[in-house]
Amino acid sequence: MSNSVKRVTLFAGHYGSGKTNCAINYALHLRSSGLPVAIADLDVVNPYFRTVDSMAELVSAGIRVVASDYAASNVDFPALPGEMYSLFEDKSSYAVIDLGGDDRGALALGRYRDLILEENDFNNFLVINKYRPLTATPALCMEVMEEISSAAGIPFTGIVNNSNLGAETTWEDIEKSIPYAKAVSSMSGLPIVMTTYMDSLTVLGALDIPLFGLSLQKKVFEED
Amino acid sequence: MGEKVLMKGNEAIAEAAIRAGCRHYFGYPITPQTEVAAYMSKRMPKIGGTFLQAESEIAAINMVIGVAATGKRVMTSSSSPGISLKQEGISYLAGCDLPALVVNVERGGPGLGGIQPSQSDYWQATKAGGHGDYHNIVLAPASVQEMAALTIKGFELADKYSMVTMILADGTMGQMMEPVEIDDIEIKTVEKPWALTGTGMARSHNIVNSLYLKPDLLEQKNFERYEKYAQIEKSEVMYEEYMMDDADICLVAFGITARVAKNAIAEARAKGIKVGLLRPITLWPFPSQALAARASQCKAFISVEMNMGQMIDDVKLAISCSRPVYLCNRVGGMIPSPEEVLDKIISVSGGAD
Repeated sequence: MSNSVKRVTLFAGHYGSGKTNCAINYALHLRSSGLPVAIADLDVVNPYFRTVDSMAELVSAGIRVVASDYAASNVDFPALPGEMYSLFEDKSSYAVIDLGGDDRGALALGRYRDLILEENDFNNFLVINKYRPLTATPALCMEVMEEISSAAGIPFTGIVNNSNLGAETTWEDIEKSIPYAKAVSSMSGLPIVMTTYMDSLTVLGALDIPLFGLSLQKKVFEED
Repeated sequence: MGEKVLMKGNEAIAEAAIRAGCRHYFGYPITPQTEVAAYMSKRMPKIGGTFLQAESEIAAINMVIGVAATGKRVMTSSSSPGISLKQEGISYLAGCDLPALVVNVERGGPGLGGIQPSQSDYWQATKAGGHGDYHNIVLAPASVQEMAALTIKGFELADKYSMVTMILADGTMGQMMEPVEIDDIEIKTVEKPWALTGTGMARSHNIVNSLYLKPDLLEQKNFERYEKYAQIEKSEVMYEEYMMDDADICLVAFGITARVAKNAIAEARAKGIKVGLLRPITLWPFPSQALAARASQCKAFISVEMNMGQMIDDVKLAISCSRPVYLCNRVGGMIPSPEEVLDKIISVSGGAD
């Protein structure tokens, strides 16, 4: 992984791009290097798959989880807890923030924007997936990127290439996504920070982009 | 596309509808089906279609009636409470013999219930949720790929029989992401001489209406409609049988619970219990004959559902109560686990062999 670690790391993107999965694994990665880490679920859009679904794994790794009291409940209520402010006020801990999908999800960041910009120690990563129809081309990614950054009011600093076909992802699928990620990078002027892969997958070749292995994968329910 | 992409079930429905030639979508957001509308809002403006977020579910279904009357492919989608609101319009579509696709991505009920998945609108979907004598064709997908395939099939059936087809999915099917391949298809169109397309001064006016002032005419219309339903029951039943050849116990499950059932079957068979699955793909028409044919072979049936026991009635009717039919269920947004289904199989079989 390139790009130096900042105190605040934001993961934004199209819904279903894998923001939550990337954020959780990134938080675990920071924690495993011995840093104090908090993760926040700012997703006010999707009430189904949430950071809190991985609460047990995160807490046992020593990561503080900040999420709405209503997340993963039966209440479809876009609320953010007051505790969210602690992520920006307590600068002794690293913060990983999982934003909701698209521009609407990014809007929730608005109330913390000034704090983030003022501290100026953040990375804002755009998560992209070549295999999602509405971000399948670099031009579509640019559309999503502009919508999100104007809603969030925070510029992007890098691209996370999370191109995957779920459990069916092959190494070839990942290789095929590299030219796409590079095109997004050159159109946006942003560096590719990492290309993700499920760490159960065998790495079959060298890429000129830093790889980031995802160890934790959430499923709807376990199937053979 | 011709190439695999990663989609949510809700998105697969929307993309498949576009491939099927649907250019008119009317809806109102509700979890867990909102991505159908979100996807349509992105795609429709780019292909010259109409995406319209109506002021309510009732407004949306009435807009569907309007477009359906012109003979164009049209759809709406919602989740349980919103589908209840649409029932008046669905009854009017039935009364006018208009084709349309209605998608229900079910959540827990009754009332506002909750946002987690459920199958508790089975009765509403299959027994006509609105007033009057009528049926909808009801399709129950069990994968994201099938969400797409049955959406296309749904439009074809709606046009063929000039009636509503409903996709009955649940929150899990709508939200889960799977690789899917949606090819460009050849759109099967049917002649719609009744459509309101303007007379061009070349024909008399077409009238689309569900009001009959003379009771004998209304009776006749109902008789004709039920002749059509009998034809559908004869020729449009779809189901999947899984490990049924030597099964002593037959699980009956649709949608997400069918997938749970398959896992339980693998575990039960490892314990030597001969169990299989009959998965209805059409919930109306229900695969009654296929179930009846298995009644001589199987000593018991287990209906696996995410409701308090709704499809179980149709299973009992299908086999004329000739075998015991047990219920294995969770409700309120809970999904039965393979272990729970396995426990039921073991108890019905009288313990592992």
